[in-house]
Amino acid sequence: MYSNGTESLIKQAREIQESELQKFYSRLIKLLQGKEHGHETIDSLQRLRLIVFATKYTRTLPPELHKSLLSLLSSPVEQLQVLSSAVLRETLPLAAQAENYNQDGNSQLNTHAAAVLLAQLLRGLDNRPSEGPTTHLLPHTLPIVNSILTHSPESLTEDNVTLLSKKLVDWLRYASTTQGGGASSGGFFTGSRSRQPLPIAELDGTVSGDFFTVLCVGQGFTEDQWMNVYSFSMLRHWLLTFHSVPGGTIADTANRLQLSLSLSHSISNVCFYSNTNDNCCSMSRTCFFELEPVTMATAQLVLRGQSSSPPLATCCFADDRSEMDGSVVSVVSVTSSSSRLLPPKERLREKAFQYCQRLVEQSDRKAQKKTDGDLQKACLVEAVCILDSVCVEDPSFVYRVFPCIKALFGRLSSDLSFARVLLPVAQFYLNHGEMAAVDCDCVWNLVLGRFPAELFNDPFLAHELLRFLRLNLENVQLRVPQYIRHFPNLLKFLAWDSPAVIDDFVDLLPSMVTSGTALELLHTLLDLPCLSATLLLQHRSMCLPISDPGGRNLASVNAFRNPSFRGLFLFLLRGEAGAGDTIDRLSTLLELLSEAADWPRVVQCAQTVPILLHIFFNAVVNVADRTLLGQVLLVTLERSSLLLNSPKYITEIHRVFSRQLINLCKLHPSLVIDQSHELLEFAGATSNVYNKQEVYTHVVLVLGEYLSVSYDSRCSTKLITSCFETLEAVLFEITSSAPHPGTGCPAPRAITTLMSALAKLASRSHDLIPRVSLLLSKLRNVSSGGSVSWCEDDEDLDSVLTLGEELCALLKMPGVAQSVLNPPAHVTAPRWHQDTNVAMPLQLRALTRLTQAHASHAQHTPTSPSPHTST
Amino acid sequence: MVVAFVIHTVCPIGALAPGESRVLYSRVFGPDEALFQGGQRLQLNAEERRLLSVEKLAVVARQVQSAVSLHREASGHPPVETLPGEEALALQDADTGVLRLRCGDPYLQEVSALWLAVNCLSFVILCEPHENLLLAEGTLRNLARHCLEHLHMLGQGSEILLKSSRVDVLLSRLLPHGQLVFLNHRFAQSLEKDMAAYMHK
Repeated sequence: MYSNGTESLIKQAREIQESELQKFYSRLIKLLQGKEHGHETIDSLQRLRLIVFATKYTRTLPPELHKSLLSLLSSPVEQLQVLSSAVLRETLPLAAQAENYNQDGNSQLNTHAAAVLLAQLLRGLDNRPSEGPTTHLLPHTLPIVNSILTHSPESLTEDNVTLLSKKLVDWLRYASTTQGGGASSGGFFTGSRSRQPLPIAELDGTVSGDFFTVLCVGQGFTEDQWMNVYSFSMLRHWLLTFHSVPGGTIADTANRLQLSLSLSHSISNVCFYSNTNDNCCSMSRTCFFELEPVTMATAQLVLRGQSSSPPLATCCFADDRSEMDGSVVSVVSVTSSSSRLLPPKERLREKAFQYCQRLVEQSDRKAQKKTDGDLQKACLVEAVCILDSVCVEDPSFVYRVFPCIKALFGRLSSDLSFARVLLPVAQFYLNHGEMAAVDCDCVWNLVLGRFPAELFNDPFLAHELLRFLRLNLENVQLRVPQYIRHFPNLLKFLAWDSPAVIDDFVDLLPSMVTSGTALELLHTLLDLPCLSATLLLQHRSMCLPISDPGGRNLASVNAFRNPSFRGLFLFLLRGEAGAGDTIDRLSTLLELLSEAADWPRVVQCAQTVPILLHIFFNAVVNVADRTLLGQVLLVTLERSSLLLNSPKYITEIHRVFSRQLINLCKLHPSLVIDQSHELLEFAGATSNVYNKQEVYTHVVLVLGEYLSVSYDSRCSTKLITSCFETLEAVLFEITSSAPHPGTGCPAPRAITTLMSALAKLASRSHDLIPRVSLLLSKLRNVSSGGSVSWCEDDEDLDSVLTLGEELCALLKMPGVAQSVLNPPAHVTAPRWHQDTNVAMPLQLRALTRLTQAHASHAQHTPTSPSPHTST
Repeated sequence: MVVAFVIHTVCPIGALAPGESRVLYSRVFGPDEALFQGGQRLQLNAEERRLLSVEKLAVVARQVQSAVSLHREASGHPPVETLPGEEALALQDADTGVLRLRCGDPYLQEVSALWLAVNCLSFVILCEPHENLLLAEGTLRNLARHCLEHLHMLGQGSEILLKSSRVDVLLSRLLPHGQLVFLNHRFAQSLEKDMAAYMHK
């Protein structure tokens, strides 16, 4: 909950007065000087934290306070460590360090400093942590190392990598197989060791017969079992970063990794907070290497911990201790006895393989707790990803791993609750299926077929599946022929949760546009809101009983259940393309779904369609020939009256159609001749002026613009005349009678576009000039009374009449009219307006100056010239 | 690696413009990516970098807020108000989802934002998209449960601001240095005891 009290606290913290703040600081300094830090200190520190957190501007602490906070980092009280670290994270380092931070050549130093820190950290791994403040230290070492690995992999030397690889092998493969500590002990590693050790158990409660993994349970855990958990958690990242590169350095590897994983996180140089109080001085002075204060504290603890304890028996470097375990050795373990001869990195790879295989086995057990069931799935995902990266690094593993992956697929493919586990499996098939000569069809039919069809409402699956397709797009297009065919299925994700996945489809959609799919895809995109409504109906009919009161009164629910409409809905819900571009009874379907137009999910979906249509049109011109583009153009004309009944949606789609109509015709002016019959039919229907104003205007525009012999030699006088007559009839009709009740006046823009188009056509066929002049003068005479029934706004009427007069005047000089109304293509080029030698503006300015000079001479009146005379 | 953990509001607040969100807790792991931009070191001082980092989190909070409200609008049922003591129920009914934040919007690399919205609060884990999202989802749920319980976030109090160190401690156990950890219920129990001991101090 968020209460007014919380809001006011933030406000207070932000608006605290400087004097008050200084008082607070000095009180806190005094408190911190005391030996004992009680409740008041903690409370004040928490307030300080709120004050520095609440504002986006950085507060500067007094140096004395800053130093006290630094020394608190190594306080034995965890609360004080946490609070001081939190405050230090939000404030600036001390001035002296800030200077250092800005020095050049700093990154070099960082690498060295990082190496020092790492060496210390790694040395700490060999030592048993002592009691007291170091208790939480060991488990955090690996996350810290992983953090360094992410942000500055070149800090690790070859020796570090070897050492850590060996350690990881020890922890992963040879952690104790008996339970540690008592259940009652609590906390890390603090259990009593006096009890009789019990063997660890599997998640289903049976005694474990093999090595320890994250899927093993016990009453308590030993240190190396904890390390097993942290090792596995970072294993994938480790393998990806430090795979063996023959002859390559680690820096090369790191660079390659950055490219391949697009881990664009860079080396970071946040100043390392210096600690002035003890043996870490020398190190912290040189360490301007990034790590947050709490990490520094941990690092110091490592340093201190190292002196006191003997080496941990389980951490020594045994070559291979599978024989030392004494436990039952599984099939997995037996295959590995030769691995002791491998170099550390290869050996780690081998052990990672065994570990993952064991996890796959273990995941088949029935977990007693639900959370462990979820963990099994997460482990499967991780295991398959690790196996994949092992195979990418060393293809000889493919033959060993594939049986395991295949068996996993066989085991899980019928259970959709494992869908997200099967995505990494699919990735494995995609990467290695060809090499292993495995039939992958069943995988793709599942991933592209059943998943979207049945799990379209799982946001995480949608995210992961679409991401998988995005990242592997090239590979998928090459190796998965089913991909394109399944676009109706994939679009279900979009229809269900448009805002969450629109970004993915912006990237994916172009790959779905091919000459084979273009028309069907266009229809499908236009019907997307219908699909959204149908998915809702389907979802509702599956989840709710038929007698559900919420759905009883909805006509669409009844229609969905009505067998005679079944086919229509099934067409929308089809999983694969190829059954036909659209259906005959689309209008029936649209009518059935008309009440869905304002359902929020449908509205959200409808809002994304215009974006996708633009992407579609931009892509289709690259893959389609003129014949296909002609068909696309016809679909837009046809579908402009066949859309889900939502005025806003229709307006938006018409806008896209209009814009793309112009683009298509500009790119291929011959399209206008190719499709002249249908375009004229559309332009000749007077009703289109009223209910498809935007599209109508643009159709008339392209007819006037591109129906010219200069664009296509097939353009005959007969065609121009027939087009002229069609448009003339419409213009006459809409300007000579009052509109039908309820339709409203025609848009002035439609009228002016018709007038311009007629004038353009006439300028190309001079016989038509008298007819257009006659029509235009009629228009002027009719409206001389001041108001007409077809135009409500006087200003609009004025504009229409002015244009009429201009066109009439222009057409009196047919030669000029031809050049003005049919300008050559290059006038639209930017050069025409920029190049001073050919520039139109220059000519216009000269003319304007002349006419203005003339006017002022002639009249000597102070009236400014109207825009018309100035141009 | 997890990039950040954030708790922020997702309902309209009187003091803020519609669509704005209040970040109540945030923790960024790892280094500040504002240091580098396209391989070039940015000449930003520490103060500017913090500002940039805070602004980026604010962008994330706004995007998540809009995702949550669109999600709730689409699902058609308004969030059920839950009371203190009903944490488990609140979590069960929580809306959850994932958002792709493109390169440069606002982070340099692509980031997946997993969110879990309870009443008018949202818990967010920002992670690298190749992370194990199943594990991240479980970790987010676990973190949210502990936050709700230990900071009494279903009530009217302001403990999220006044006892935020508790969240730090939860993170240090369940998400140490941004590392997602595979914890079975026994390991989780052991950590929970440890955390409970801290909370009762």
